[in-house]
Amino acid sequence: MQKLRERYRYSIILLRELVRTDFKIRYQDSFLGYVWSLLRPLLLFLILYAVFTKFLKVGNAVPHYAVYLLLGIVFWNFFVELTVGSVSAIVGKGDLIRKINFPKYNIVVANSFAALINLGLNFIVVAIFMIFSHVGVNIYDLLLIPLIIELYIFSLAIAFLLSSLFVKFRDVGYVWDVFIQGAFYGTPILYPLSRIPQHYQLIRQIVMSNPMAQVIQDARYVMVTHQTTTINQVFNGNDIAWAIPIGFTFVLITVAGWYFKRRSNHFAEEV
Amino acid sequence: MAEVKEVVIDVNNVSKDFLLPQEKVNSLKGVFISLFKPKSKIVNQHALKDISFQVKKGEFFGIVGRNGSGKSTMLKILANIYQPTTGSVDIKGKLVPFIELGVGFNSELTGRENVYLNGAMLGFSRAEVEKMYDDIVEFAELRPFMDQKLKNYSSGMQVRLAFSMATRANADILLIDEVLAVGDADFQRKCFNYFKKLKRQGKTVVFVSHDMNAVREYCDRAIMIEKSEIIASGNAGKIATKYTRMFIEDSKMGQTEDTSSSNRWGTGDVKYSKPKITVTDKLIEIIVSAKANVDVKDANFGFSITDATGQKLLGTNSIIKKVKIPRIETNQRIKISWSFPNILRDGDYFVDLAAVNTSNTVWDWWEEAASFRILKEENTTYTIHPDININLEEVN
Repeated sequence: MQKLRERYRYSIILLRELVRTDFKIRYQDSFLGYVWSLLRPLLLFLILYAVFTKFLKVGNAVPHYAVYLLLGIVFWNFFVELTVGSVSAIVGKGDLIRKINFPKYNIVVANSFAALINLGLNFIVVAIFMIFSHVGVNIYDLLLIPLIIELYIFSLAIAFLLSSLFVKFRDVGYVWDVFIQGAFYGTPILYPLSRIPQHYQLIRQIVMSNPMAQVIQDARYVMVTHQTTTINQVFNGNDIAWAIPIGFTFVLITVAGWYFKRRSNHFAEEV
Repeated sequence: MAEVKEVVIDVNNVSKDFLLPQEKVNSLKGVFISLFKPKSKIVNQHALKDISFQVKKGEFFGIVGRNGSGKSTMLKILANIYQPTTGSVDIKGKLVPFIELGVGFNSELTGRENVYLNGAMLGFSRAEVEKMYDDIVEFAELRPFMDQKLKNYSSGMQVRLAFSMATRANADILLIDEVLAVGDADFQRKCFNYFKKLKRQGKTVVFVSHDMNAVREYCDRAIMIEKSEIIASGNAGKIATKYTRMFIEDSKMGQTEDTSSSNRWGTGDVKYSKPKITVTDKLIEIIVSAKANVDVKDANFGFSITDATGQKLLGTNSIIKKVKIPRIETNQRIKISWSFPNILRDGDYFVDLAAVNTSNTVWDWWEEAASFRILKEENTTYTIHPDININLEEVN
């Protein structure tokens, strides 16, 4: 442990300062400052809540639909913030990379921490909604932690890929922007999975194999209502189905980490 | 017995190529198109070719070379910012990771916050920076400004803060790229003192510079890189002289008798011919003839000498010298000669000529009418180089 600390000492110091700087700069010159981190998601949720429960009535069949919806949005926002923010992370720090040698992954990780902080703040808002919606709290809610870890690893893997690809191919930014819009509707966030008819079994399976969908549905299952469809249900009750998104996440982080490491030696010449 | 010092930087046959596509492919569409096109041109730019050298512990090692010669690339390879294409670099000891001052400074943060940020870049934890914070501020002389944003600092203040941070770097080997080019005289003196301190502490320093005086003063050994290759290595003083010489010889090639590019204007009532310049060890003589195209009186003939950096060094005119010039008839020629002791140091010099009348009508104003070169046996780092006698005698 001591050895590990020693080895990553520089990275730890650097990360801490990068995150701190990022946070300071973000809310500079704004009147309410940090309050916006809390206020922004709260206001956005209120809009969505009004639209989806009062006008569209998409989720009337789902108990505690408001919290159900918010949970999905919170996870999705985290994913979007982390990945979109990472695209230009390396290029944006080009000035630094060209002048000093340091482990480049710190840039991407620092960026992800900013998203993690916001996720934490968003959960405060979710908690407020849970109290108002009379959603009970129990010990199983702790299962949220491994789910967040999985989500984080998955997002980080994509962040590593995007940020290093962007150094060479600047269209990655546009491609990802469009892709993420599509993926939003391809993931059961606004609508319950039950909206996809039972006989489209394959589509349901593909949708649920996406780690994002699996994590969101699992979180809803443990936090909000057991009526949520989880991945084992679309695979005929087979619990091994979880291996698909989790395995995919691990393969992705391995590949992304390898690719990033290989490319990072050349960032200084290419950014 | 000579002390055998440990080699701390060992550079072996390092080459660095930058593959630069003629038209840079940095979009997917570009890649797609280039798949179908016959091979698009890739220019292989050799930034460094087969560079080898060693630096021993405690040495001040200079790398000199003109812009684009590859010396900064070499420094970046030493700093592990760039990877060599072939060859290897072995470094023993802790290397400072930066090559420039103020890396990571953020203009939106206050001076204080930047100290912590830059400190982190150098590998210091917050607690460690805390301990040296007062010394850093003291050294930079910025106590009253630390809570202001960096963007409100003058560039001199920023450099002072950056330098103050850099002196804290805790490393055995330092890489310094042209820091002395910035800052006022006061700041430069601080830099020099810091260098002297590094020397006393036995730190190893690799120093890239254009300033040959600094190279002569601090470096023990140096290499000169020209067109990606080492063309000379050895004693720093010799290398510095060689470098200065190279510049002088080079500018000769670029310059011919053609002076059409020079700046010349005036009414043309009186016109100079091309001046003749004779340079000896003792004396420099400029001879020129002026021809009147109309009858003129109250003429004032003058010249000045400018060095390669544009500094006007000396000059005079007939009014200052209280020489009365008689009336000049149309088509009459007057020969003027100026001579002065050769106190110039090595370099290229330009002669500017002026023919005006005493009420300041300009007849002929000719900048860079001619140029000449000084190459002396001795060498000096001072601005002028008169023949100085040295006399020693034993006193009992």
